[in-house]
Amino acid sequence: MIWRLALGSLAARALTVGMTILAIALSVALFLGVEKIRTGAKASFADTISGTDLIIGARSGSVQLLLYSVFRIGNATNNMSWQSYQDIAARQEVDWIVPISLGDSHRQFRVMGTTPAFFDRYKFRSGQSLRFQDGGTLDDLFDAVIGADVAKTLGYQIDDPIVVAHGLASFTKHDDQPFRVAGILKKTGTPVDRTVIVSLRAIEAIHVDWQRGAKIQGQSTPADVIRDMPLEPQAVTAALVGVKSRLQVFGLQRTINEYPQEPLLAILPGVALQELWQIVGIAETALIGVSAMVVITALMGMMATIFSSLNERRREMAILRAMGARPRVILGLLVLEAAVMAAVGAILGLALLYLGLLIGQPIVDRAFGLWLPIEAPTLREGWTLLAVVAAGVIVSMIPALRAYRMSVADGMIVRI
Amino acid sequence: MNDQDTILSLSDVRYSWPGRASFGLHVPQLTLTPGETVLLLGESGSGKSTLLSLIYGTIVAQSGAVTVAGTDIAAVSPSQRDRHRAEKIGLIFQQFNLLPFASVRDNITLPLQFAPDRRRRVPAPGAEARRLCNALGLPPQVLDTRAGALSVGQQQRVAAARALIGTPPIIIADEPTSSLDAATQTAFLDVLFQQSQAHNTTVLMVSHDARLSPQFDRVLHMADVAQSVRGAP
Repeated sequence: MIWRLALGSLAARALTVGMTILAIALSVALFLGVEKIRTGAKASFADTISGTDLIIGARSGSVQLLLYSVFRIGNATNNMSWQSYQDIAARQEVDWIVPISLGDSHRQFRVMGTTPAFFDRYKFRSGQSLRFQDGGTLDDLFDAVIGADVAKTLGYQIDDPIVVAHGLASFTKHDDQPFRVAGILKKTGTPVDRTVIVSLRAIEAIHVDWQRGAKIQGQSTPADVIRDMPLEPQAVTAALVGVKSRLQVFGLQRTINEYPQEPLLAILPGVALQELWQIVGIAETALIGVSAMVVITALMGMMATIFSSLNERRREMAILRAMGARPRVILGLLVLEAAVMAAVGAILGLALLYLGLLIGQPIVDRAFGLWLPIEAPTLREGWTLLAVVAAGVIVSMIPALRAYRMSVADGMIVRI
Repeated sequence: MNDQDTILSLSDVRYSWPGRASFGLHVPQLTLTPGETVLLLGESGSGKSTLLSLIYGTIVAQSGAVTVAGTDIAAVSPSQRDRHRAEKIGLIFQQFNLLPFASVRDNITLPLQFAPDRRRRVPAPGAEARRLCNALGLPPQVLDTRAGALSVGQQQRVAAARALIGTPPIIIADEPTSSLDAATQTAFLDVLFQQSQAHNTTVLMVSHDARLSPQFDRVLHMADVAQSVRGAP
């Protein structure tokens, strides 16, 4: 019956109680949402590359190399020469090596030149391979394989022609060498989805009539002539390397980092990711801190609501006292009420989170390539909700203690 | 007079409000016997509230003894006094007796929550609430109504049912009829006494309205019962 009275009293103040619960729910949804995006982003990043032992590029920062070679974020400040690439490829520790050449774009998507080995060697989400949704791999010089998002966004199908632009936001197009869509990859949730993949030779081919970033006026080499050219690349942006034995990873890394002919950098993707987390960690902590403050603010709001309700509820408390309720029953009633508000708020917040995920998932995926999985609440989220309720109880002790003192002082004299 | 014949007694009780040295109360002797109905007449400011608070045990006399149903209430802890009050005294206030958001049934059975002995005497609280409503002239459908939705007269009957449930030995009514018109007042007291007499319950009613006197066994005047102590205590 105490339950029924507590709930009845809450229902009698439905509007203020509802607002308080809504504030708690929104703050909890925000907190859980931030947490979800944070872990989602982390998982998404960590899932992007697997099975690659080393990433090699021109010497820069390890995080920078990771970002531009795997995540297509930012640009390479320098390339590594084809000579160095071949040197490393020839080393006996190297099991396989896949070159990556970046720098051109198609619409808003980046074009990556590589070798067909890329499709076998590139692994994501703990060892999954790329799969074709349609068509096949690069056979002809002017074949292109496009990621799932490229196909979806631009509405491309197999055999559609595409034109590659030089640079990233350039208006000069390589329109004399149109490519053909040879294959469309299945969705991976990685930057590959937003990449146009062509062969390394093709990257050279489209630059045949170009010099220093500009088209040579009046010069246009026919496609069949280009096909007969050697098209040996001068340089590549980066290379993915697999070693024969895991034990050789560090040795090879040191050798490459000390490569005398050219300043190169070899990184372990996992280690570079850790470094990235360290950088992002500060922002993460700030984000968590801010959303936690929002939760605390909502709970403070609840405390204020309880405080302001005390005066109008003196009669209620006096009646309970007259019926024999001890002051600590009054205290318990107020704390119970706060616990109910916090619990309903927390559960509603969880519901809001899932609603938000349902609506936001495709939007976030499209805008940021970030796949937020909709899963059952984790244990950690369970603890978070419990912590919100516990914090609500603790916060409510302050007005509850005041009510306790008031009900001792007032006794059962009904004041109106 | 032995304990068997006394349900409530105050003897040589002195009380002065802390911090208000100018006002105190002295009750030389007040004794109520089981089953009697007593009207205590007094104007506001005559110390009625102080006297009632002493009986309820929300304040404790500086000297003298207040004995309610055989228990000297100064001798027990505050929480025992709360329990004792719930067990032994059924209460009716002047107005705003009920929790407006709770159902009539919950309002009537509320004291049982804090008084296990009274609870034990009522095997089926819901049925007993219904019986009391019926006996007090309330239609059975009010049981599930929100108490705040009833008329003042109906609310006072619900308060009477709440005081009667579990048959406490004393019912104290503090101006319960002042918000009712004359005809309703008489009817209210009739049904209240009908129920209280069935269980030999003592009824102490405090009022300023002398017109109610004929309905009571005994009429006391506040001025005879207690002396207000003014000036230095």
